[in-house]
Amino acid sequence: MSTEANNTEHIIDIQNLRKSFGDNCVLDGFNMYLNKGENVVIMGKSGSGKSVMIKCLIGLEEPDSGTIKIMGKDISKISTDELNELRTEIGFLFQGSALYDSMSVRENLEFPLRRHTKKFGKIKDTTQLVMEALENVGLAHAIDLMPNELSGGMKRRIALARTLILQPSIILYDEPTTVLDPITSKEIILLMMSIQKKYNTSSIIITHDVDCARVISNRMILLVDSINYAEGTFLELSTSKDPKVQAFFK
Amino acid sequence: MNNISRIKDVLKSFFAEIGELSFFTVRFFKEVFKRPFEFKEFLRQCYNMGNQSLFLVAVTGFIIGLVFTLQSRPTLEEFGAVSWMPSMVSISIIREIGPIITALICAGRIGSGIGAELGSMRVTEQIDAMEVSGTNPFKYLVVTRILATTFMIPILVFFGDAISIFGSYMVENIKGNVSFLLYYNQVFNSLEFSDIIPTTIKTFFFGFAIGLVGCYKGYNCKKGTVGVGIAANSAVVYTSMLLFLIDFIAVFITNIFVDI
Repeated sequence: MSTEANNTEHIIDIQNLRKSFGDNCVLDGFNMYLNKGENVVIMGKSGSGKSVMIKCLIGLEEPDSGTIKIMGKDISKISTDELNELRTEIGFLFQGSALYDSMSVRENLEFPLRRHTKKFGKIKDTTQLVMEALENVGLAHAIDLMPNELSGGMKRRIALARTLILQPSIILYDEPTTVLDPITSKEIILLMMSIQKKYNTSSIIITHDVDCARVISNRMILLVDSINYAEGTFLELSTSKDPKVQAFFK
Repeated sequence: MNNISRIKDVLKSFFAEIGELSFFTVRFFKEVFKRPFEFKEFLRQCYNMGNQSLFLVAVTGFIIGLVFTLQSRPTLEEFGAVSWMPSMVSISIIREIGPIITALICAGRIGSGIGAELGSMRVTEQIDAMEVSGTNPFKYLVVTRILATTFMIPILVFFGDAISIFGSYMVENIKGNVSFLLYYNQVFNSLEFSDIIPTTIKTFFFGFAIGLVGCYKGYNCKKGTVGVGIAANSAVVYTSMLLFLIDFIAVFITNIFVDI
């Protein structure tokens, strides 16, 4: 079922990834790649290791074994400073948005901007960049609000704006539509697509939302029994006869 | 057998906790000298901690001075030693009561606040978000808070001591018609550097302990929102115990080097 695209650049390459928590093995030889400009959706049961995989990818969890290469760099062999620099190329949208409670929307967006002077130089006035990121998500008016004044959908959009402000080339979405109503979910999905179009980003999207997967994915990976059990386009997987694959689309 | 294994488990987790706290302390000392120095965040934390605790420390200090004098006065009167009141109050407040009471109040106010704040940041993935954005969360959140408590607690203790002595003066003025100048003259005459210096050094350790335990509990918070409550609560309990231990050690060492 593999649909590996030829003649394209792998900007993420994961080989034989293993990760256990005590006796519980959540990833047992997981492999995947991400091409430039591609959207890969990863689906799996709760607790199947999707979020652990994405956290290993960004360096929040240390894998037991295996290699993770991002833009050709093996993240286990680079220094913390190099990893932090690489992280400016990777945006991460957390499941719960993870906005800093004690900061306003403006400060939330300025926070990563002020810390990456290597990429942007020392920016005296961040307002223009902050406004641009907020306009991209349609929430320019929320600039001075605090996170507790925002709805779930607004929080998700602001988190996306914070992710975008560093102009990453890869975006990792951890269940971007979870806990949202169907209308807001659709808005977020459309927003993700417009961002990809505008900035030509590559994305890994972890989701349980079949509609989201259908609309946004170029390729899908099903994580079952700690390995990438099946891989292919939405159409290929949704018409599969394999009962384990079919269970995701019923 | 069951009881023995339970005791073994308790001891095991106790020593594991001590070990983890030691690693956390070592990490603090490693990170504190590394760039970038989060000076703005440090100042913000100092301001927040001082601002939050000032009123509480003032009220408590004032009441302690007041009550301490009211309680001691009849006994001193019996022996005709009321004139010793300023000396007795100042020495006991400066050496012991002021620092320990202020530190305990701050452990409740600041330590639990740090535990709850960092704990909720941990469970809502804000600490992870910080790390992903290329910021060292340990340096930004932990180092700044521990430094802030280390420097702010001594200031709050000085402030609390001053208010306590003023509270004591109020009683003396009302009951004994003692003038402000006479009272404070006796207070400063009875105090020596050997009273002030060891106690000041001690308060830096108190501040360090409050910040360290609060940050340790919050930063390593687990088990969701329940964990946040546990982190805040255990930060206060462990810090209070640690404060008395530090106090005992400090008095013990002071006794060796200074002739009290």
